[in-house]
Amino acid sequence: MSTPSEMRVTVARGDASNPSEMEFTVPVEANQTVLDVVTWIQQHADPTLSYRFACRVGMCGSCAMMVNGEPRWTCRTHVSRVLDGDRLVLAPLRNLPVIKDLVVDMNPFFDAWQRADAVHRPSRARADGVAAVNPESRPRIAADAAIECINCAVCYAACDTVAGNPDYLGPAALQRAWTLINDERHSDPAATLDAVTGTDGCLNCHSIGSCSHYCPVELRPLDAIAGLKRQVVRRALGKRLPCD
Amino acid sequence: MMNTPRHALHWAHLLHRVSGIALALFLPVHFYLLSLALTDPDAFSSVIAFTDQPLVKVAEGGLVFLLCAHLFGGLRLMALESLSWTATQKTLAAAGIAGSALVALLFFLQVARA
Repeated sequence: MSTPSEMRVTVARGDASNPSEMEFTVPVEANQTVLDVVTWIQQHADPTLSYRFACRVGMCGSCAMMVNGEPRWTCRTHVSRVLDGDRLVLAPLRNLPVIKDLVVDMNPFFDAWQRADAVHRPSRARADGVAAVNPESRPRIAADAAIECINCAVCYAACDTVAGNPDYLGPAALQRAWTLINDERHSDPAATLDAVTGTDGCLNCHSIGSCSHYCPVELRPLDAIAGLKRQVVRRALGKRLPCD
Repeated sequence: MMNTPRHALHWAHLLHRVSGIALALFLPVHFYLLSLALTDPDAFSSVIAFTDQPLVKVAEGGLVFLLCAHLFGGLRLMALESLSWTATQKTLAAAGIAGSALVALLFFLQVARA
């Protein structure tokens, strides 16, 4: 299929109390990312368009949006891979309150991290020296597999369980708790497991797997949440946590 | 808004839910009709005659499909959540179980026909 020279871009505007859509015609260029398209619109068509970005290289996790109905990091999403004919539909991330246009309020997402007790509490003081962590150990391998999260909230937007229960902690916060439970330097893994076992915790997950499917850095929150569920069952059977 | 999540795991989830609801609706009717064998043999005979129609046979095929989909969907979920395996290991295990079930089903059909 030949690439069109121009694309029609529908952009969500306004906020929840006053939502609307605007259509823009944007020139197609080689190696163009979706973030390039949004920037072009702001610089050439409508300077009042609000969106969020920072690093432009897939590290900061600020630029995620719904692109043709799917959550994506826009700085690393090439237009050629998502263009539907000559159509591109851009909207703010799902499951989060809209501030304006393509900017969402990330507070519910980060509040979930706090509620999941996703805080490292050291088990050693400065004078105790550096803990020796065996990179081949089973808990460390599990933690390493989940540790590169960029907090972009793509998984949160993709999650149907969050859509049905806004108090559910969501994939990213639960995955963070999973890395802590597998970190032998963390002083209280039992408290972290308690924090994610409540009514809005890991047992809500329906294992639909959208988090793992859409994660732009190819992490697998689904596996992390399954790991948490296994630890809940193991603890109920009187077994110890991996790093307790 | 997200229109429809477009990936295989989501379809697997949806099939599992829909087949579960359909079976939950079917089973009470099924047990009630079976109970007619004890309470009202004549009515039961007419039900049996009804199930001999070709369209009902086709519907029974759909029923077996729903049952299999729900059974294997449940096994898939249990493997996904209970086994600390890699995705490839789980896929191979699922393929192994599905293959075994298929062979066992074919064997059973042969035995049932004989």
